[in-house]
Amino acid sequence: MSITANEVLDAKGLACPMPIVKTKKAITNLEAGQVIEVQATDKGSTADMKAWAESTGNQYLGTIEDGDVLKHYLRKASDIEEKAETKYEDVLNLDELRNKVDGEESISVLDVRESAEYAFGHIPGAVNIPLGELEERFEELNKDEEIHVICRTGSRSDLAAQKLSEKGFKHVKNVVPGMSSWEGQTEGNQ
Amino acid sequence: MTVKMMSAHEVTKKVFQKEALFILDVRNEDAFADWKIEGENFEYLNIPYFELLDGVEEIIEKLPSDKEILVVCAKEGSSVMVAEMLSEEGLTVSYLRGGMKAWSEHLEPVKVGDLKGGGEVYQFVRIGKGCLSYMVLSNGEAAVIDATRMTDIFTDFAANKGVKITNVFDTHLHADHISGGRKIAEQTGAMYWLPPKDAEEVTFEYAALEGGNVVTIGKTFIDIHALYSPGHTIGSTSFIVDEKFLMSGDILFIDSIGRPDLAGMAEDWVGDLRESLYSRYRELSEELVVLPAHFMIIDELNEDGSVSEKLGTLFINNHGLNIDDEVEFRKLVTENLPPQPNAYQEIRETNMGKITPEEEKQREMEIGPNRCAVR
Repeated sequence: MSITANEVLDAKGLACPMPIVKTKKAITNLEAGQVIEVQATDKGSTADMKAWAESTGNQYLGTIEDGDVLKHYLRKASDIEEKAETKYEDVLNLDELRNKVDGEESISVLDVRESAEYAFGHIPGAVNIPLGELEERFEELNKDEEIHVICRTGSRSDLAAQKLSEKGFKHVKNVVPGMSSWEGQTEGNQ
Repeated sequence: MTVKMMSAHEVTKKVFQKEALFILDVRNEDAFADWKIEGENFEYLNIPYFELLDGVEEIIEKLPSDKEILVVCAKEGSSVMVAEMLSEEGLTVSYLRGGMKAWSEHLEPVKVGDLKGGGEVYQFVRIGKGCLSYMVLSNGEAAVIDATRMTDIFTDFAANKGVKITNVFDTHLHADHISGGRKIAEQTGAMYWLPPKDAEEVTFEYAALEGGNVVTIGKTFIDIHALYSPGHTIGSTSFIVDEKFLMSGDILFIDSIGRPDLAGMAEDWVGDLRESLYSRYRELSEELVVLPAHFMIIDELNEDGSVSEKLGTLFINNHGLNIDDEVEFRKLVTENLPPQPNAYQEIRETNMGKITPEEEKQREMEIGPNRCAVR
């Protein structure tokens, strides 16, 4: 599976501290919520990326080993997302979703996170259309189906649910809070 | 102000001499919590380097003005950066050359005694990891015991002393560090001895070391008597050198005893461990000087940095030798054990010759403290 990022940073061949120094600089040029791929060869960079992201509030998504190159994926912190009020009223909590996912009937889950977030773990069978692409791609979805929209914390999915509702989708549910608290099965690069 | 470089050797001397040092460790918190430079009079501050990228002003007040400051990171790069930033703020600080990587690999040779007819025994203290290797020199020949993967240190040392390495031993199949024994034997043409019960899966030729074997170093003078003492591993074998030194491998340490669980056989081997410590060792002279393959805490170091103690003293002071109740003993060595060493399965496979990781990978596998003992 190829993972798309808004920015690719080449930090190959650089020793600590340079991969982090460069990442810190590069991430300031991103918009909140965008994803950066950092390519590094320093083995210690994985632990440092995780710890650095945690200390700065950015989101460490995961690392893929590609030969000698470590590809780290990080998503720039987004304040709005953390505290945004949700407006879309038809919500479903994670337990209810889990019962449905584990149940016999197949259900439709729309994951509106960035593709890199999705790549490192999503509900099996979930379809990925990042929030930013929904305007162009909503027609890929079936209006007659019940659609469970999920993101990381419930705010992007809230916006997505509103949008789908405007487009005439009648059976949309916003799943709250989101993948950050999901304890059911996932698939993807872990 | 200037930034100075400090070598692992210089830091080792400070540990041995119990000097004061303030260590600013800029690795991330997990790495620091797992493993750091230990010294009796060392103080620490752990701030990951990536929290200092915008400046060091905030930590300056946390640094002492009356102590030498050493900045430490994993491989050196980040500590140089932080040291330079501190220097720009007017402080005089040092960084550790080669970082924790160099610290993990540094060996400090310390003489632990003389042998009959002018021979000597040296202990190689791997201060950062707690591993102890040995060289027995006599009459132009030498034996190396429990060598680390940094083999140049042993071959250079032998060359400087003008002796030829003729025999190389491992007391057991190590799980915490990669043995340099086979490599030294290949380079020098020496015989490589391993206990056969630990070597059932090895992929290379070796000489079977069994209890009762006697190997002579230096033609006429020094004998090394092998003593089968299972428990840490099923093959674990101790050596009595020149009727004076007991090389106890990972069976008996100064302030702790070997753990029986690193090959997944704790329940089976606990009886062997007790038999070795409570019966076989009891039959030996209490005057023997115990030279173990590890130390766990720096309190186990003697004044000169060496790690050794008379067997009789250990019978009195070592808690692990003083548990009369077998059930209690079993509990001590099978329950509440410290975490197993980093990558110990891969290390065992490397020592068996089943896998041959690149040097960088080997280094990574060995990162962290040794955890071969229970207290």
